[in-house]
This record gives sequence, C-alpha cells and structure tokens, in this order.
Amino acid sequence: MAQENVKLLGVLGSPFVCRVQIALKLKGVEYEFVAQDLQNKSEELLKYNPIHKKVPVLVHNEKPINESLVIVEYIDEAWKGKSILPTDPYQRALARFWAKFIDDKVFGAAWKSIFTIDENEREKNVKEAQKAFQFLEDELKGKFFGGEKFGFVDIAAVYITFWIPMLQEIAGLELLTNEKFPKLCKWNQEFLSEPTIKESLPPRDPIFAFFKGLYEKIRASAK
Amino acid sequence: MAQEDVKLLGTLGSPFVCRVQIALKLKGVEYEFVAQDLQNKSEELLKYNPVHKKVPVLVHNEKPINESLVIVEYIDEAWKGKSILPTDPYQRALARFWAKFIDDKVFLAVWKSVFTIDENERETNIKEVHEAFQFLEDELKGKFFGGEEFGFVDIAAVNIAFWVPMLQEIAGLQLLTNENFPKLYKWSQEFLSKPTIKECLPPRDPIFGIFKGRYESLLASAK
Repeated sequence: MAQENVKLLGVLGSPFVCRVQIALKLKGVEYEFVAQDLQNKSEELLKYNPIHKKVPVLVHNEKPINESLVIVEYIDEAWKGKSILPTDPYQRALARFWAKFIDDKVFGAAWKSIFTIDENEREKNVKEAQKAFQFLEDELKGKFFGGEKFGFVDIAAVYITFWIPMLQEIAGLELLTNEKFPKLCKWNQEFLSEPTIKESLPPRDPIFAFFKGLYEKIRASAK
Repeated sequence: MAQEDVKLLGTLGSPFVCRVQIALKLKGVEYEFVAQDLQNKSEELLKYNPVHKKVPVLVHNEKPINESLVIVEYIDEAWKGKSILPTDPYQRALARFWAKFIDDKVFLAVWKSVFTIDENERETNIKEVHEAFQFLEDELKGKFFGGEEFGFVDIAAVNIAFWVPMLQEIAGLQLLTNENFPKLYKWSQEFLSKPTIKECLPPRDPIFGIFKGRYESLLASAK
C-alpha cells in the first residue's frame, strides 16, 4: 500500500474537529494535526476548503474532504478496522438520520441558549434544545446510540457530552440535567469514560476559559 | 426474498419527494405513493415521522426512513441495480459533500429570493443563490455531476433543474440562465431530458399554478 499521508486541519475546542479525531483514533490512523487560526485563515485551509473555509478538513494523500460527518463516513469506508456505521442498510439510515438531527436541532439551539442576551430568544432556544434532548432520550435504548459499542451517532453527539455541560455551567443554565434526561446523562458518563473518547477530547480548562471569555465579552458588549 | 412492501408518503410538487421517486425508479422498485395533506397531517405521517412530521417518508416493510438524502442512500444500499453513489470512498465523500451543499446553500436562498416582499432580503438571497450556483458551475466537469451518467448529486439537484426555472419565471427573476451559468444550464436541460427523470417529475402546470398563487397571495398581502 502507498504511504498514507493524512492531515487534519482543525482547531482545539471544536466539537466538529473532535468527531473526526475520534474516528481516526478508532481506526488507528496516524495523522498530522495542523492547528488553524480561524481569525487569520491559512492558505492551506483556503486551498482545501474554498467553499466553506471551515474546519475540520481531512487531507488524505493531498485529497481534501470537508464537513465533519462526511469525513467520518469517509474514514469508515477508507480504512478497515472497527466499524463506525452499522452494516445493515436500515440501521445505517437510522444512524444518518440521528446524526443529521443532532447537526440540525442541537447545535444552533444550544449555542443560542447560551450566547444570546435577549431573554425571550434564550427561553425559546432552551425549549428547542430540550425538545431535541427529549427525542434523543427516547431514542437511547442501549448503553450507546450504537448499541453495546459506540458508533456514528455517539460520535456525532460528542458535543452533548463534553461541550454542553461546560457551556451550561458558564451560563448558569440547566439545559441537560439528570432529572429531565437521566438516560442521556448516563450516556454522557459512559461515553466520556471510553478511552478512545477521553484521548480525543481537548483539555477542559483552556476550552472552558475560552468560552467563558467569549460569554463575558458578549454580555459586556450588551451593556 | 420476502414480499417487498414499499410505500412513499409524499406530496406532488415537493423536490425532496421527487429525489426519492427518482431513486426508486432507477432501481426499478415498485411502490405505493400515499399522497399527504400537510395542512392536515395524517396519523400515518405522524406515526412514521414523529420527529419532523414532514415528507418524504419511505416505509419499507413497515420500517420508516426519513430525510430525503438519507432515504436515497438507503435505496442505493437496500436494492441492487444501477448505483446511485460512486463506489470509490473519496468520490462518495465528494458526492455527499455536494448533496449537503445543495441542501444547505440552495433551497432556502432560492425560496427567500422568490417569496419575500422585502427588496433587500430578495437581493441578499439572489446573491447567495448566484454564489451557490457558481460553485456548482465550477464543479460540473462532465455531462452530469455523476460523470457520464447521473448520480447522487444530480438527483439531489433536481430542484435546480425543474423548480428553479419555474419559480424564477413566476417572480421575474434571473437565477439560472444560459448566460450566467452555461454549464449548469446545459446540465439542467440534459438532466430533464433523461427518461427516468421525466417520468418522475410532477406535471408542470398544476405546480406552476400553486406557486404562482402563493406568490400573488404574498404580494397582495403586502399592500
């Protein structure tokens, strides 16, 4: 096999980048992490992702792949080893559906719950985020969304595991609580304790400080 | 093989439903089309798509699949015959990227270009549509996005071939013309002339009538 050249353009602290890191670790793929400055985008980033100019970008033997879930599916198909998606077509369709659900219904609502100053907008987004959590709570039938072992949906949901608890602490919000979402909270703990996941997460303190700084800046600018 | 029971819950005139119809026809799958009234949602729709309550929904042997692109990938995997996605992992990643691009960057901008009364909003959205079409224009290297034969991205883009020309005529806009996007325009003509596509498109006049009525209603409400 030709020598593999795998680069991941990313930033520390992005849940989208983290998804890709988990997938690469699961498959045992060695890669170079090329940290990006999104305030001052590199030529490499603009070359490999001219359309969205965002991270993550996976570059495999000079060929770029963009969009975190597209990248994770690519990693599953390009490398042997542990399967990320199920093999059965119906289970695969369900996995893709729930990963898209997380993209469309969790991120935006959670972000706006935390970082908005308008109380009405906050309330509205808290409701939306919790509605999304309820669907996920009801969907969780086993230890993980993937069953006994974590899979595509669990990886897609890493934001809920690591970022949401941090963000809600910063904002003093109760988005995801054990009272309202016991199964999802238990899933959080299980997922966070998986070695592959632990090793792929960024360090908590600098990320916490970054978001706390952003939160305080936004609140200060409103006064 | 167990008897196949395939139902498609949909509406006439939805490009998302049309994507699924094209995929089913390509694979030669026989199915029952169950027309839905979205103003008065059926128990069946609510049972099979409780999360989004939208069409299309494919029900295969009583198991529902939701989200048009998830359904198209499912159809590709569940039935043999002509391939919808490429076989190479990198080409598959590109196909998924572009299909998602169409979902995220084309639909809403087209809708807002047409169905708005605010001229600034219209202008902003026309710009966004043109920007998206330019990316697609640059991406189109062969006869179809899929190469010599149409594939996943072409099917995802059926909105551009059939609905955009209709909507721009109604609103007197120039979103897609031979002058501004010659390759994309030529693609739309080639795509629309394929027998599989022709047989899956809804009849133009009634759909035109519905959208025209909606447009005029919107203009009238602004006065």
